[in-house]
Amino acid sequence: MKSHLKGLVLAGLTSSAALFASAANAVEIEYWQYFFDARVDAMETLIANFEEANPDITVTMTHFPYADYRTKVAAAIPAGEGPDVVQLFYGWLNDYVEAELIQPLPADTFPADEIDADFFPMVQAMKDGDAYWALPTAVRSLALFYNERLMEEAGLDGPPETLEEMMAAAAAMTKTDAAGNITQVGITAGMTAQDHHWWREGLIRQNGGEPYTNDYRTVNYNDEAGLAALEFYTNMFLGDPPVTAIGFMDEPQAAFKAGRAGMHIDGSFRIGSLADQRGLNWGVTELPANADGTRSNYSSYWVNAITTKAEGEKYDAAVKFMEYITSDEAMQIWLDVVGELPAKPSVGMTEANASDETFGPFIRGLEYANTTKFANESGQRQLMVEMVERIQLEGMSPAESLAIAAEAEQALLDNYYAE
Amino acid sequence: MYRNLTIRQKQIVWAWAFLALPVLFYTVIRFYPTGNAILISFQDWNLLGSRTWAGLENYEKLWNDPVFWKVFQNTFVYLLLGTPISLVLSFVIAYHLDRLRFMHGFLRMLYFLPFMTSAVAMAWVWRWFYQDVPIGLFNNILAGFGIPQIAFLQSTTNALPAVLAPAVWAGLGFQVIIFMAGLRAIPTSYYEAAKIDGVGWFTVLTQITIPLLRPTIVFIVVFSSIGFLRIFDHVFNMTTNNPGGPLNATKPLVLMIYDTAFNGFDMGYAAAQTVVLFVILLIVSLIQLRLLRSN
Repeated sequence: MKSHLKGLVLAGLTSSAALFASAANAVEIEYWQYFFDARVDAMETLIANFEEANPDITVTMTHFPYADYRTKVAAAIPAGEGPDVVQLFYGWLNDYVEAELIQPLPADTFPADEIDADFFPMVQAMKDGDAYWALPTAVRSLALFYNERLMEEAGLDGPPETLEEMMAAAAAMTKTDAAGNITQVGITAGMTAQDHHWWREGLIRQNGGEPYTNDYRTVNYNDEAGLAALEFYTNMFLGDPPVTAIGFMDEPQAAFKAGRAGMHIDGSFRIGSLADQRGLNWGVTELPANADGTRSNYSSYWVNAITTKAEGEKYDAAVKFMEYITSDEAMQIWLDVVGELPAKPSVGMTEANASDETFGPFIRGLEYANTTKFANESGQRQLMVEMVERIQLEGMSPAESLAIAAEAEQALLDNYYAE
Repeated sequence: MYRNLTIRQKQIVWAWAFLALPVLFYTVIRFYPTGNAILISFQDWNLLGSRTWAGLENYEKLWNDPVFWKVFQNTFVYLLLGTPISLVLSFVIAYHLDRLRFMHGFLRMLYFLPFMTSAVAMAWVWRWFYQDVPIGLFNNILAGFGIPQIAFLQSTTNALPAVLAPAVWAGLGFQVIIFMAGLRAIPTSYYEAAKIDGVGWFTVLTQITIPLLRPTIVFIVVFSSIGFLRIFDHVFNMTTNNPGGPLNATKPLVLMIYDTAFNGFDMGYAAAQTVVLFVILLIVSLIQLRLLRSN
């Protein structure tokens, strides 16, 4: 096991190999993240910069396929192996804290009040009392992608600004064949993709509701606002005429990529794969506002934390490394390489970034974004999927289906927080 | 010490020396994980923290979980539809293929080909077949005739048979080969005797062929039942966006176990489901062996 892990660590070494050799006497710390090409590239750049500034510290990066990540971390840290600094999804924080895999960031280097002021507000989900447990380099938010060619073809001047305009634009871009089947959707739909976030943190809030209370431990959407949001959503594919179809071309993003969808709501992480799509002219704009101009968005992020394995000089080195990867410089590098948004307004809201044609709408969206604190993201998403399916496939009334979903999600949350 | 043993004892020592390897192998990769899974089913564990004792809590939760009963039912629908359909189809194909001389080898290869194809690749191709217009093969054909499209995978009633069809098709080749081997193994003298007596083909089929195929049928039934009870890759790959959906209409037990363990990180609950699956497999196999073996 031990030699196996060491082998993996060595395999993870790529560009920093030369530095590793020259700084053999230095403190060596390990950094773990899951494998995603651009993220690994960006981290290699960050590590190289960090080591140049701190010649006495060596950082070795190890990465794993996403599917194995949690198991490996869980097995390694208690055994005294594995990372000193680890990357984790914000929704996993509770589990990592309870399993004593990570330790709080030192308050003198990471004062809570400064972080409160410097970072986008949703990062405060990582705070417990006066200490932060973890901090992100980058964050993600949602925006509305649109197909410029289909917009033009339908005689639309520009992307929709409000939900009403969005529905009108979607209707104008929807096409059907002689048998009445939809062959081109005005907007994609599917709770299995990003729509459940849009519904929770976008539509419900825009209808005057608050999806959860009590720090996301109490479901609060089984009310008029929740119902209005759900009816707006189901009306997209059950209305007369429908402007979309669930499961159209298998996946929402596939339909948009193939040029068969006028609009598509997705995260900033989609930019990379759309940019490579030949023949697709697309633009992106902020999520549409409601009638009084209120907008609301959802944001998620991966954070870095110091593990309980780091002690003594390794701990000091880990703190320094954490300081660097949450710095303004690191955030700009991450945006340029990965396309994920800076976690601080001071970097994100610079003139160049906020008015960027592609990143701008996402970055502006961060200002009014909320982060759902999930107990089990895929489980909670599944309840939204089923809520819509009961209406669509079984003809249940939205109010009834909403009540079932709210009850089931409350049970899931109660079960999680009871432990 | 060794020199004092009798030849018989020496043989036993050597036999165990050779057997030690597979015994060790099975202990480490089969018996230990199985025992561990049973242990975890009485505990709470999220993969990260320590395991805590939970008693029968996981089993109580399972008993009261409506999704589990839906999934339990689905698992048996897969079994009760899949096994007889594939058994009858493969027998009919093997029976006729056995008498055919023209392009015999080529046809046999065609039937066997799906068995060699990766289930994942096959599931994704069928998933494409089943899509709505404008991309789905079946619905595009229907639309070509002006017939409204059918919701194959987006339906609580059609989805399970739609997922089962490629699974049956994939296993067919293997069963055809086994049946043909069974048919070849029947001594021709029985058929000659029947011919002399002037017996009709139906009597030959029901009095000679099928009774003598009993061991083959037992093998295929047990084998394919276990396969359908453990169905996973076809379902998962055809419904990855909403695994086992819509509304759990296609979800088999194995998929529920996977989801509980690696999305919900509730290892204790997942292990309890695994134990239930193990017990079901054991009971079904024992019943089939008993029923089909006795005269």
